[in-house]
Amino acid sequence: MPSLTLNGESRQLPDDPRVTLLDLVRFEIGLTGTKKGCDHGQCGACTVLLDGRRVNACLVLACQCADQQVTTVEGLSKDGELHPVQQAFVRHDGFQCGYCTPGQLCSAVAMLDEMARQEPSVVTQGDTVVWSREEISERMSGNLCRCGAYPNIVSAIEELAGK
Amino acid sequence: MKPFTYESADSADALAELEPGASDRYLAGGTNLVDLMKHEIEQPARLLDISRLEYNDIDQTQAGLRIGALVTNTALASDRRVRADWSVLSQALLSGATVQLRNRATTAGNLLQRTRCYYFYDTARPCNKRNPGEGCSAVGGFTRIHAIFGASDSCIATHPSDMAVAMMALDAEVITLNSAGDSRRLGLDEFYKAPGDRPDIESELRSGEWITHVELPSSPGGTQIYRKVRDRSSYAFALVSVACVLRMEGDRIADIRLALGGVAHKPWRARKAEAAMKGEVASEALFESAVNAELDMARSYGGNDFKIPLARRTLLAVLRDAESACRRSANKANDIEQGS
Repeated sequence: MPSLTLNGESRQLPDDPRVTLLDLVRFEIGLTGTKKGCDHGQCGACTVLLDGRRVNACLVLACQCADQQVTTVEGLSKDGELHPVQQAFVRHDGFQCGYCTPGQLCSAVAMLDEMARQEPSVVTQGDTVVWSREEISERMSGNLCRCGAYPNIVSAIEELAGK
Repeated sequence: MKPFTYESADSADALAELEPGASDRYLAGGTNLVDLMKHEIEQPARLLDISRLEYNDIDQTQAGLRIGALVTNTALASDRRVRADWSVLSQALLSGATVQLRNRATTAGNLLQRTRCYYFYDTARPCNKRNPGEGCSAVGGFTRIHAIFGASDSCIATHPSDMAVAMMALDAEVITLNSAGDSRRLGLDEFYKAPGDRPDIESELRSGEWITHVELPSSPGGTQIYRKVRDRSSYAFALVSVACVLRMEGDRIADIRLALGGVAHKPWRARKAEAAMKGEVASEALFESAVNAELDMARSYGGNDFKIPLARRTLLAVLRDAESACRRSANKANDIEQGS
């Protein structure tokens, strides 16, 4: 049976090819951290890491993920200790209702790697990517927050800049 | 989502054996297709997963750059060669969508994405692009995002891609293959079709044919600018966008390529404006007359009347910036030559 690895555990892929990675994680496996906001790739609440890259799980068919590594918000903490990004969100109050937070966290974790790899954004000037609030906002634009916690989300990520 | 069968191919040969046909759809990143299937706008009988095919590389060739159909938008935008020599393409890619989408979206999928016309998505209303002959709800409807160039009475939808606008300015070519092993090479401008009375047929890609690569000719050099005007500063489709490549020799325009996004059924190459400027001495008056020559062909539909002056101002602003940048780099080169 084809399978994927979810937060370090092997999981079988569904028989029905219509099942998205989001529905597999939430409804078949029962990890409800990953949220179904719009289900159309517009809100980012379903953001997970697929082979280390952030993606909208609602637009990925699970059947495409054979032998791939998936990390959801449940997989970010290690041995009961919150991921540094999670700790920064707590310190900076980077949320209000919390619904978009799992997606924001996965997105921010991936963003740190993208910055380390020097992948440019549309606001990057020149050859070198330099941390700024503008860079963070642009790179996080795929994660909507209806409460408007953006300033604190940016501050939380900014604290981790270059670390 | 309607039921479908799913098959995966890990090589071109394996894909050929599946004999792709008109009722199949190729699945790569899925960022557009899966969404359209959820809306039941796309209802393929069979999905052919091509995401494990061998089209993942960006190769420098003697002629230019050869981009695999499955190269992600992130990989292409981040490529050091693209950033240095075809920077308008990197700028265009990075101004589209979000990181999450660009990580999944592929080069060929981006070319083939469907319009975001509201009426195309609204299955309760007629749309010639969904069902040819049914009628167009956009004509006489809300037209804020619709075309000002090359539309037909059947369809006034626009192509949503940023990437393709830059590729149009760079004279990109699309390379295809089919099950019989026949390969074709098409210029991007001929690859895309005008809407005519069959707006559902958007490209020259034939049934059973797939895209293997996109090729860019050698770098045109010069100053390269992609400017996108939109309702939000990030994660929004273009109302108007401009891809510009300008190379000057002294005061004269040696090479100029202009393509517009958000204004037509396909990325719109502004050939009239280019022809009016090529070889001429750059000036504000020249830019204005060239832009006006292009926009004389524009037609609007009420809600998008603003796009004609917006396109004019955006084109002029980009041309001015490009000219300044060309002059700055010429001065810099002179300074270095004179050892100052």
